[in-house]
Amino acid sequence: MSAVAARIFPAGSGRAAFLVRFTLAAATLLLVAPALLSDFRLNLLARYLCLAIIALGIGLAWGQGGMLVLGQGLFFGLGGYAMGMHMKLQDADAQGLEVPDFMSWSGVESLPALWKPFESTAFAVAACVLVPMLVAGLLGTLIFRQRVRGAYFAILSQAMAAAFVIVLVGQQGLTGGTNGLTNFQTSTFFGLRLSDPADKRTLYVVVAVLFLAIFLLGRQLVRSRYGKVLIACRDAEDRVRFLGYDPTRVKVLAYAAAAGMAGLAGALYVPVVGIMSPAMLGIVPSIEMVIWVALGGRTALAWAAAGAIIVSWARTDLSERFPSGWLYAQGALFIIVIAFAPKGLAGLSEALQERARALWSRRGGSGGARHDEAAAPAEKVEVAA
Amino acid sequence: MEVFLSQLFIGLSVASVLLLVALGLTFTFGQMNVINMAHGEFVMAGAYTVYVLQTSVFSASMVTLAFGLALPLAFLVGGLLGLLLEFTLIRRLHGRPLDTLLVTWGVSLILQQVARDIFGAPNVQVKAPAFLDGGITLAGVSMPYTRLFIIGLVIVALVAIWLYLSKLPAGRRMRAVVQNRDLASASGVRTPRVDRLTFFIGSGLAGVAGVAITLLGSIGPTLGTNYIIDAFLVVIVGGLGQLRGAIAAAIALGVANSFLEYWSDASLAKAAVFALIVVFLQFRPQGLVVTRRRGLA
Repeated sequence: MSAVAARIFPAGSGRAAFLVRFTLAAATLLLVAPALLSDFRLNLLARYLCLAIIALGIGLAWGQGGMLVLGQGLFFGLGGYAMGMHMKLQDADAQGLEVPDFMSWSGVESLPALWKPFESTAFAVAACVLVPMLVAGLLGTLIFRQRVRGAYFAILSQAMAAAFVIVLVGQQGLTGGTNGLTNFQTSTFFGLRLSDPADKRTLYVVVAVLFLAIFLLGRQLVRSRYGKVLIACRDAEDRVRFLGYDPTRVKVLAYAAAAGMAGLAGALYVPVVGIMSPAMLGIVPSIEMVIWVALGGRTALAWAAAGAIIVSWARTDLSERFPSGWLYAQGALFIIVIAFAPKGLAGLSEALQERARALWSRRGGSGGARHDEAAAPAEKVEVAA
Repeated sequence: MEVFLSQLFIGLSVASVLLLVALGLTFTFGQMNVINMAHGEFVMAGAYTVYVLQTSVFSASMVTLAFGLALPLAFLVGGLLGLLLEFTLIRRLHGRPLDTLLVTWGVSLILQQVARDIFGAPNVQVKAPAFLDGGITLAGVSMPYTRLFIIGLVIVALVAIWLYLSKLPAGRRMRAVVQNRDLASASGVRTPRVDRLTFFIGSGLAGVAGVAITLLGSIGPTLGTNYIIDAFLVVIVGGLGQLRGAIAAAIALGVANSFLEYWSDASLAKAAVFALIVVFLQFRPQGLVVTRRRGLA
């Protein structure tokens, strides 16, 4: 029996502790938050959770995979526009129009071919996740195959996002231009009316459940054998190649997974916030996504998500009160976190936990043996001696 | 034929601006493997230097004098900003290029907001000197004097840099550090000092680029972000720290952008240029000119 238990809970306190933490987080998000927060704040939290999903992807690609993805806005936008196009078409159908409103303003009379497939819900849902993954897979393969990595890859990913925004803004008749896709009057999101407060609360629960599911998926990916190879690629890619793995495939998978997560986040963002515009997708927002993860802690997915929620909340709060101050704060955040606390809040929390464990084991003499992973090696030697 | 030539001229003009901005980056990127996202803001600082000289220091009639003084002054302003950045932050992040990228991005946000707070968010117009008004028409191609001036400025800058790198001892030391940092250090070159000088020169060149950009239109706090990505692409395509590569890449990208813009439209042209770059990197991932291979990880 204990052998079976040892198999299911290999690291003893690790697995049980995680289950406790996860259940607490899930309960907070699914039960406590809807009970305590007003409609407005719950909607804000839903928005933050969408952004946290992007952060999970970046945590996977950057934190675990070492690929500084500065262009996640591209995939966020692909997913968001896919869902937005579908909802706009629903809107147009409900109003009896042939084309969405912004198209008639731009003089486009008949529906462009690109839009036609998005009438089907199934296609739109699939496209939200699959299109970003395919784009990431293609671009990732082309780039990583040539061993372009590190800073070069970061710049290229930025250029991708920039090019995407330029195309969106330039093709106004097709994409709504700088205004983006907005004005969803009668659309529904899988039957949830966007104007109904009760339906919005249900939407929050949907977002929260998906966030938790993606988190578990990401965590499983990281803890699997694939995850170990991914971390190895981050730390020493050429060595991984010499050992016989193909780092290209490993990295492309993580990159595509991050893109899919960002696409899903975009698709959820549209019904939550009611708009998807190029302003949320370019270089500046894409780099901002990375600072969430940097602040939270790039090596731990949960902390990356927490970073996203914290920074987004701070942004909503601060940019209302001090509109010009927010950019200073953001710049300062970049500088202070990256230069002086590169492990972010996760690192701080780890440091605090180490201190706590050191104090505990010093106080409870024999109890020190149980916390041997964290206790200073010197103390361990003392006990053994 | 006329159309071809005028697109070519526009392409060369765009290339010259790109090259001016990218020259400084080629140095800092090639020399220290430092990705300075605040480089665009140094360009902006140079542009605002002209504005300040024109509005606050000199009267409205001395536009030419203000402009002439702006060139060396912008070099100093950009250089000093770069030096400050290097001294306070870049030094601490030695060997962490990705972190440097993010930190300098933070610096660029702050600099942009400072510009917004001092000069206001809307764009401001800088007057071009009177002798640059108008243009000449050669073989049916209209060439404004402002664009010719920028091309001339780039050529002067390139000659100055070539002289510096080949004739002056400081320049030779810089080349040594670019080629092999450890060996240079072992041979007695003081690499931190060379780094600082490189950063100063690179950022100074950014300031000069800013002065040139005032000739092209109005300037604003977001001037830097408009040019920074293109400049980095020039550096990537050109090859690390290679002047010849940067020149070739800037010309290639400028001309490609101009011709593609003519055939389709501005937005699709940008996307197409990006696609071309990715395709190009398939065949030459280290860029156009390579003297050293990227090290093993």
